[in-house]
Amino acid sequence: MPILTADMSAGTLVEWRKKPGDALERGDIIALVETDKGLIDIEVFTPGVLEKIVVQPGATVPTGAVLAIIRDEAPTGAPPAPAAAPPLAPSPVAPALPPVAPAPPGRLKVSPLARKLAAELGVDPATVRGTGVGGAIRREDIEQAAARAAAPAQKPRAALDRQARLRQAIGAAMARSKREIPHYYLATTIDMHRAMTWLAEENLKRPVTDRVLYGALLIKAVALALKEVPELNSVWRGSEPVRSEAVHVGVAISLRGGGLVAPALHDTATQSLGDLMRRFRDLVQRARTGGLRSSELSDPTITLTSLGEQGVESVFGVIFPPQVAIVGFGKIVERPWVMPGGQLVARPVVTATLSADHRVSDGHRGGLFLAAVDRLLQEPQRL
Amino acid sequence: MTRDEIRAIVLRTLGEIAPEADLSTLAPDVSFRDQLDVDSMDLLNFVIALHAVLHVDIPEADYPKLATLDGCLDYLTGVGVR
Repeated sequence: MPILTADMSAGTLVEWRKKPGDALERGDIIALVETDKGLIDIEVFTPGVLEKIVVQPGATVPTGAVLAIIRDEAPTGAPPAPAAAPPLAPSPVAPALPPVAPAPPGRLKVSPLARKLAAELGVDPATVRGTGVGGAIRREDIEQAAARAAAPAQKPRAALDRQARLRQAIGAAMARSKREIPHYYLATTIDMHRAMTWLAEENLKRPVTDRVLYGALLIKAVALALKEVPELNSVWRGSEPVRSEAVHVGVAISLRGGGLVAPALHDTATQSLGDLMRRFRDLVQRARTGGLRSSELSDPTITLTSLGEQGVESVFGVIFPPQVAIVGFGKIVERPWVMPGGQLVARPVVTATLSADHRVSDGHRGGLFLAAVDRLLQEPQRL
Repeated sequence: MTRDEIRAIVLRTLGEIAPEADLSTLAPDVSFRDQLDVDSMDLLNFVIALHAVLHVDIPEADYPKLATLDGCLDYLTGVGVR
């Protein structure tokens, strides 16, 4: 059971997406897990062959517990690797549960009625766990699989229960952050006239499906600014902050009904603005309806939060461990602004903030970072 | 397309964006943002969905006209969706 966020201590295996004998590539979705952040697709971190399923659907196990065994295909004699190895420090491993007795690959036991129903409902029987004799797939198994596919956001537990656990998990992570991380806070006001003017013109050229939100500009500017102050793009590994070569900006997304999640937009700095916007839109949709991938939760190297749409003018975030910084943006407001020639004009401005870990950087470097964000937003065409 | 038909499409689209909302109590003259806690990403998805269903290309400058149910219906009937 991978540790997907600093506040995660356990997860519930909802269903397996692969069966023993299946070949696995890095990035394949192997299982669906319910966490306090919702339903998460668990990816494979190592290629091989799924040798054995250890944890059965419905079981809740602590982070670090072995879910399944993946056999390395290379003939090295190396022992099998645990599936979905936790990217962070593992917790004690829970006792293994009896493995499911699956049908051999390529010889699925499916009743004719179930096979017909699967075809009608668009369900691949290979992805269904049979509950009949010898693992045979019955009509009921197909119906349940179809229902799960049709309602990805459906929560296995009561929504209120999930909300309570989500609040508890966020509280635990934030308390740990404030207890262990010596935060420092900086703020600057950025003139957004050029950025907003350019964006309006750019969106006139784009079809409705490809329009770019102002938030995507902020995400890209933050990602590029990190190249100038790379120590802010670090994560703690044990007692050492480790700089990340790749920039994976975690975007704070509010969930309907309360709570938030901050999954990563992978390789943020190298994406074109159009690609970044498409992925941003997809990420928000999946965060709110289900379908986030495990790497999206475990990989952020910095977080961006924006509360401007709620009318907030400035936000000083609490750092998500093991990251070392969080950037905040408030609402764009019209303010008097003195131009270089001394002329006083009304300009749209936004307050950008940085909360950063004093063990990794100091205010001078943090200031350079915010200045870089400002400078980048004055040249939006280069984002 | 009649105003009632457009209204049904708008409400169905809103239901997909804010599935937890009780749209039967939606005040027609109060902003979606205030009633449904929608954000700019929701609004973009709303516009894209209307584009897909009604084949109407809504310029970004017109987004404020879609802020309420009444505003939506006035705008969409005004541009003559079929």
